[in-house]
Amino acid sequence: MCLGVPGEIVAIDSAATASAVVEISGVRRRVNLTCVLTDNIRPESLLGQWVLVHTGFAMSLIDAAEAQHTLTLLAELEAFSVDQEAAP
Amino acid sequence: MKYVDEFRNPVEARRLGEHLARRMALPELQSRRPVRIMEVCGGHTHTIFRYGLEALLPEGIELIHGPGCPVCVLPPERIDDCLTLAEQHDVILTTFGDAMRVPGSRGSLLQARARGADIRTVYSPLDALQVARDNPDRKVVFFALGFETTMPGTAITLQQAVEEGIANFYLFCHHVTIVPILKALLDDPFMQVDAFIGPGHVSMVIGMTPYTFIADQYRKPVVVAGFEPLDILQSIVMVLEQLREGRTEVENQYIRVVSRDGNRQALQAVADVFALRARSSWRGLGEIERSGVGLKPAYAAFDAERLLVAPSVRRAEPVDCRCSEVLKGQLHPRQCPLFGRACTPEHPRGALMVSSEGACAACHQYQGRG
Repeated sequence: MCLGVPGEIVAIDSAATASAVVEISGVRRRVNLTCVLTDNIRPESLLGQWVLVHTGFAMSLIDAAEAQHTLTLLAELEAFSVDQEAAP
Repeated sequence: MKYVDEFRNPVEARRLGEHLARRMALPELQSRRPVRIMEVCGGHTHTIFRYGLEALLPEGIELIHGPGCPVCVLPPERIDDCLTLAEQHDVILTTFGDAMRVPGSRGSLLQARARGADIRTVYSPLDALQVARDNPDRKVVFFALGFETTMPGTAITLQQAVEEGIANFYLFCHHVTIVPILKALLDDPFMQVDAFIGPGHVSMVIGMTPYTFIADQYRKPVVVAGFEPLDILQSIVMVLEQLREGRTEVENQYIRVVSRDGNRQALQAVADVFALRARSSWRGLGEIERSGVGLKPAYAAFDAERLLVAPSVRRAEPVDCRCSEVLKGQLHPRQCPLFGRACTPEHPRGALMVSSEGACAACHQYQGRG
């Protein structure tokens, strides 16, 4: 029910109604951008941005750097285990 | 798929399982066995069963599948009310596909549709609003349900209806909130949980601070997590690390999506449209104070409750149902005598068999009945 999927904003449908088009696994669908717009974030500036989509709404901007950081932490975790084992 | 595949890598998942085994062997954690961790959200429960994550966990870690499936906890009387609405000849009832199979005392919405009621599934509340635009001579009711993740979409759709002056659009609202149900479980003397995996998408809306009472007052770690297998395994590592170091904090594993303060625009829309009800009823758990919302008086013209002559009364649930014990971690789904026999996904008797995010339905789907 709280399912959310990542999608890339590929077109702005109507800036006035905060409507855009996202691509999710090759499928295009319309999303509402209200929750990710601020005074500093205009619809046009979101082209190419990845967002978390839930029931037709973009609910969050996905932070590419943080995603990479999480993957790095995971890799380090495994390295940590190996080090621990190697330690006398 | 970007942001999905890299967090599903099965080789990494196995390595993380081995890493968890080494952690559990540390003396500080040895003495704490079993470590019981509740994943609050039904989405997490679904991932855990779909990818068989429990098989990767070392002995001594038990996952308790929590109450965060809004479809499962829908009380039968709300479905009855939906049926009453849908049976009015000038009404089109719209809702999410998940709600269609939930049993009420007079059957499900799916069955009512088979009998001829005009009930349509939609992907988004905005689609329901479009149905209202397309059918100006009918009353179009959207049955709105879900936790905080889903509330902003409902709120923004209603704001849009008001702005466009769409007078034939109504909301039948059964949105519920996550914190009161967690508090009710924490206050239950039979509840046996050492730590929580927090709901990632609810938290994307409400942020991290609403959970601080769990860490501060109940002294239990909370780690808000994403929904892919590596997300969940990493959050278990973070929980163990807190337990080992004797910390109880609210931490964020799902940093790529969740921020500390949540989504301001979403919260504003929710605050504009919804007000807390005095109490709301939960299938399997009874009535819980201030655990759900209804429309504010300013939006009363759009409230489908006023289309009902008299709302259905709360009904007793089957006495042989043991959902509440499963929810509190006292009983595994398979230990329930009804599991796979009197209670199946096709004919659910208890709340947790209703949706694929319910602990029993997920267990049944991916591990079979045997």
